[in-house]
Amino acid sequence: MKLSAKIQKSFENGEPRRPGRLLTLPFALLGSTALNWVNHAGAAVIFLLLAIMRIPRARQLEKVIQQVYYIGARSMMIIMLVGLFTGMVLGLQSYHALVKVGAEGALGTLVALSLIRELGPVLTAIMITARAGSAITAEIGIQRISEQIDALDTMHIDPLRYLVSPRIAAAIISFPILTTLFDLIGILGSYVSGVWIMGANAGTYFYRVQSSVEMKDVTDGFVKAFVFAVIVATVCCYQGYFAHMRSESRGAKAVGLATTSAVVLSCVLILVSDYVVTSLLL
Amino acid sequence: MDNPLIEFRDVTKRFGSLTVLEKVNLKIYEGEVTTIIGLSGGGKSVLLKHIIGLLQPDEGSILFRGQPLDQMSKKERYAALGRMSYMFQDNALFDSMTVYDNIALPLRETTRLKKAEIDRRVRARIEQTELIDAMYKYPSELSGGMQKRAALARALVIDPQIVLFDEPTSGQDPVRKNAILSMIAQYQRKFGFTAVLVSHEIPDVYFISNRILALYNRTIVFQGTVEELEDFDHPFKDEVIRSLEGLQQELTGLRSKRQFKIQYHASMKGGALGESFTIIIFTLEGLDSVISNLGHDAAQKAIHSTGLFIDKHFGPIGGFSTRVNAQQFVTMLPYSDQTEADALMVDFINEFQEEGIRGIQGEAVGKMGDGCVELVVLAGMAQGNLLEKIESVIECARDRQKEIGRITCDTQE
Repeated sequence: MKLSAKIQKSFENGEPRRPGRLLTLPFALLGSTALNWVNHAGAAVIFLLLAIMRIPRARQLEKVIQQVYYIGARSMMIIMLVGLFTGMVLGLQSYHALVKVGAEGALGTLVALSLIRELGPVLTAIMITARAGSAITAEIGIQRISEQIDALDTMHIDPLRYLVSPRIAAAIISFPILTTLFDLIGILGSYVSGVWIMGANAGTYFYRVQSSVEMKDVTDGFVKAFVFAVIVATVCCYQGYFAHMRSESRGAKAVGLATTSAVVLSCVLILVSDYVVTSLLL
Repeated sequence: MDNPLIEFRDVTKRFGSLTVLEKVNLKIYEGEVTTIIGLSGGGKSVLLKHIIGLLQPDEGSILFRGQPLDQMSKKERYAALGRMSYMFQDNALFDSMTVYDNIALPLRETTRLKKAEIDRRVRARIEQTELIDAMYKYPSELSGGMQKRAALARALVIDPQIVLFDEPTSGQDPVRKNAILSMIAQYQRKFGFTAVLVSHEIPDVYFISNRILALYNRTIVFQGTVEELEDFDHPFKDEVIRSLEGLQQELTGLRSKRQFKIQYHASMKGGALGESFTIIIFTLEGLDSVISNLGHDAAQKAIHSTGLFIDKHFGPIGGFSTRVNAQQFVTMLPYSDQTEADALMVDFINEFQEEGIRGIQGEAVGKMGDGCVELVVLAGMAQGNLLEKIESVIECARDRQKEIGRITCDTQE
């Protein structure tokens, strides 16, 4: 709801028209929104910790493997496709730019470092959010509104252990593997556009890739993939798990809104945390 | 009376500014079927969710065997609630799992039983709830009745001590409704669990309940037996029971008990002192055999068919009937003397043996497969007059019952 509409509504609700209220109301709304955010952030952190504590329990391995299949294995094709075209575009654009300064030999360095340090983890995380994250929110949300989660409670099956922990574990396993796949396919894609199409030297390309990439670049990429995995899995599970508590709607619409929120929030948090992690790692 | 298994003391529950339960006091006893009745949206499901711990009261306390739940340790609480099952109004089956996996889920996740033992228990429940053909289907591929049975099987698979049923018959046709209630009663007798039902099905639910709790205006206004409810004088009876209890029983098409009484008083009002009436009692003996061999549906169809036949025979000549319990019907013939009644009864028996038995076989027994059953129909008749209480006349008729028809394996062949 827009701020002006909120102010209008507060007057319609008969709230007292104190002098200066018009001036303080925006701050009050800003404050309550901030408090709401802090509340949710705190709740999500507790949610994550409780879920992580429930990963090493009996009968969890089978569920984790199942989720690795859904989140990881079934995302492979889309990750490979996006990786290939990202690499090809990167190769094409970089070659054009480098030719202008006579540095086309650095194509391998530019592409490999861009993909491994930055584009690989970020784009992989965003693609998994779109493909698997939204499905996680929708699935858990529907289970919530159709009382399936309550049914788990009545059967004395811990819903966090049964539904959330395996997904978080599976995301932590899948994200780095898919990121690696993205990086490799991206480097090959760049080879296709830069070497085959544009005519850069193949030997120089691979020599530069090999010589410029250090182990730290790879581990930094994995750190990012790990952070994004935790963020995406937590946000998507949290949004679905509490879909019934959304104040703006109920039922199927609440699940739809929860799914939208999960995807948008995950993407935003991926980019924000990418900056934070990069600045810490550099 | 024994100490209650579950007790509510001044329980109040609010959702925001809306008070759903207010100072609710109730007692639920072990090994009984307790039914909570009340209007839709009156807080019955909320009350049930408090028992299993899905909701916590804002005020008051819930006691389990005399001990407050909120003062129990986690271990004690698990011991108290661990053998409690809940059957949701909308079933809450996992739609991504087959019926088999749904039923096996609580055993797989909460016990250390071996795979073979889990399989044995799950298959046993599937057979008992007549779901063999649907075992590997998903809930979305099942009819509403089958989904209810799958939910019932899941609730019973852990051999619970307490089972809570939230409107177990909602959305079912009359035969299926009564089949589900009969199934609950049968399992309750067989396994001895304590059953708590939330239901609108008046009077059908009376036939299986030991105690009734009436929720009205956010609080419990009555708790007692079905017989005690008859004498309960409260606005609840006018507003709730009479609105829920139709003029006719859904399954049989006969008058409801209340309507039967009204008709009886109306018939007797204009009669002269000394004018007699006839009461006939019909009993279906062996319904349990029908249930165990042919299933609950067949038993309910047999009741339905018998009720229709009685009404068809006695209705046109001024008689009126009701179903008094799970297997008995009462018919009243006003202003009839002994000779007249004897003649009518002979006609009825002849017609019943010619057509009635065939009807029951055709509609219920015969259609249900090759199972072997023995269903005996008894009838007894007694004369009464205005000075006598109808209850004593009914009792007298009950004592005089004799066999008037029998369906056996031979008959079926």
